[in-house]
Amino acid sequence: MKLDSMYQEIILDHYRNPHGKGLRDGDAEVHHVNPTCGDEITLRVRLDGARVADVSYESQGCSISQASASVLNDLVVGKTVGEAQAVQEAFLELMQSKGQGEGDEEVLEDAVAFAGVSKYPARVKCALLSWMAWKDATAKALGQQPAIND
Amino acid sequence: MTNLTAGMPGLLDTDAIRKDFPVLQRLLHDDKPLVYLDNAATSQKPRQVLEALNAYYERHNANVHRGVHVLAEEATALYEGARDKVAAFVNAPSRDEVIFTKNASESLNLVANMLGWADEPYRVDADAEIVITEMEHHSNIVPWQLLSQRTGAKLKWFGLTDEGRLDLSNIDELITEKTKVVSFTLVSNLLGTLNPVETIVRKAQSVGALVVIDASQAAPHMVLDVQALEADFVAFTGHKMLGPTGIGVLWGRQELLEDLPPFLGGGEMIETVTMGSSTYAPAPHKFEAGTPPIAQAVGLGAAIDYLSAIGMDKIAAHEHAITEYAIERLLEVPDLRIIGPRTAVDRGAAISFTLGDIHPHDVGQVLDEQGIAVRVGHHCARPVCLRYGIPATTRASFYLYSTPAEVDALIDGLHHVRNFFG
Repeated sequence: MKLDSMYQEIILDHYRNPHGKGLRDGDAEVHHVNPTCGDEITLRVRLDGARVADVSYESQGCSISQASASVLNDLVVGKTVGEAQAVQEAFLELMQSKGQGEGDEEVLEDAVAFAGVSKYPARVKCALLSWMAWKDATAKALGQQPAIND
Repeated sequence: MTNLTAGMPGLLDTDAIRKDFPVLQRLLHDDKPLVYLDNAATSQKPRQVLEALNAYYERHNANVHRGVHVLAEEATALYEGARDKVAAFVNAPSRDEVIFTKNASESLNLVANMLGWADEPYRVDADAEIVITEMEHHSNIVPWQLLSQRTGAKLKWFGLTDEGRLDLSNIDELITEKTKVVSFTLVSNLLGTLNPVETIVRKAQSVGALVVIDASQAAPHMVLDVQALEADFVAFTGHKMLGPTGIGVLWGRQELLEDLPPFLGGGEMIETVTMGSSTYAPAPHKFEAGTPPIAQAVGLGAAIDYLSAIGMDKIAAHEHAITEYAIERLLEVPDLRIIGPRTAVDRGAAISFTLGDIHPHDVGQVLDEQGIAVRVGHHCARPVCLRYGIPATTRASFYLYSTPAEVDALIDGLHHVRNFFG
């Protein structure tokens, strides 16, 4: 039964039909790996002024890491960088909650389904892989832009 | 299990053996018995080893060598007694050829460093070549990469066949007059392959190269005779063979140990020290700087007593029977691909596989929910995964306490995994 708390149907849906997968044009690209399990992601961010215009990615890994990248795409594309960063921080906090957090559905939407994953220390990195890559790529993209104040 | 055992010659009395391993009595996730199939990563410990550790600390604890009090003498006798046990276990010609390290990685790093610092004829320099294989654990790749980078020596390696064996077809191009050292694993931790030692050793000897064997996956599971192997160095670790963590072994031929320079400097490894220079103790102490892992060596000695009482040949026969049965049953699972030999011939008891498109992390997680402990990932042998075009595998690995019923539990578990992600 505990398994169902990790592998929520919503996670399995994203895993089977990932949103936004594939590499498209971007302002910055990063490649992140999880050395303990070999999961990998190449992720690009395209900004349109202060807005996240696209997040595209190629990745390989477990259902948790794949679903997480799909949910990331859903949640951050179209938001301002500042709004998206707030979502990223909320997700990070949820994943570090050791099974105690529930997540604010207003902010995290489908990502609250990952609350169960936070109970499994070995899997938290899987869930965070794409989000850390996004954070890194966004910082890179912003670094290439003239100063933006949103 | 009675019917099965009747058809499987060579099985040990696992009911009796398992009683010695407290952790094997554990129930996980409320009520599921632990099915421990992660023995290639580390073995469980019998009560006899745990008691030896406790007795050492409760009754004999002292620093070894040079002490004149009772406890120091007892601790020294126990530590050096463990060295005698290891020497006998691997059929070393001399106890002074057994060096205690912290693990097999340290043993291999020790050899690689010594060869970089050595005088001729052992010195690995820019004109030298080092030969390893594509199936090595990272601990037998990275030390040689470092040596190669520091000295300019060229690093070469044997490739793998599709069946998971070493490709020896280009052995004459790989091992040449330039080769100074050939280092390879006796049994692969990922593929399970048992390598053809004699062919490689003969070739290495014909060009005067030193031979280093990583026996980490062999020492726990079969008779290990360093004289029969005809290697120059053999490395293995204690925790995979019922011993505690923190203790490894490097066996080396005596004349080499005499000629080669020290690795770490410090207490214990010296003869005399002045502010200007030092002279060194003879091997093995030359290579054991600082307070050694005393309790851990004693624990390893107890583990060797335990293994020897059962008999390494009997343990090998048991694991062979289990492996044969496991391969047969695994191949019944749809979409399952064994990465490595699909027979139990010339093979150890670690079996890696992929299960359709289901990522090994997900396989391992669902198995864990049923109390089954396997390892998932690249098993510190990432080049093997690259060779076979896979990101990772699931690995089940067996030991002397493994049972056919545990194989059955694994197979049931894998069917459950397929249903879960199907």
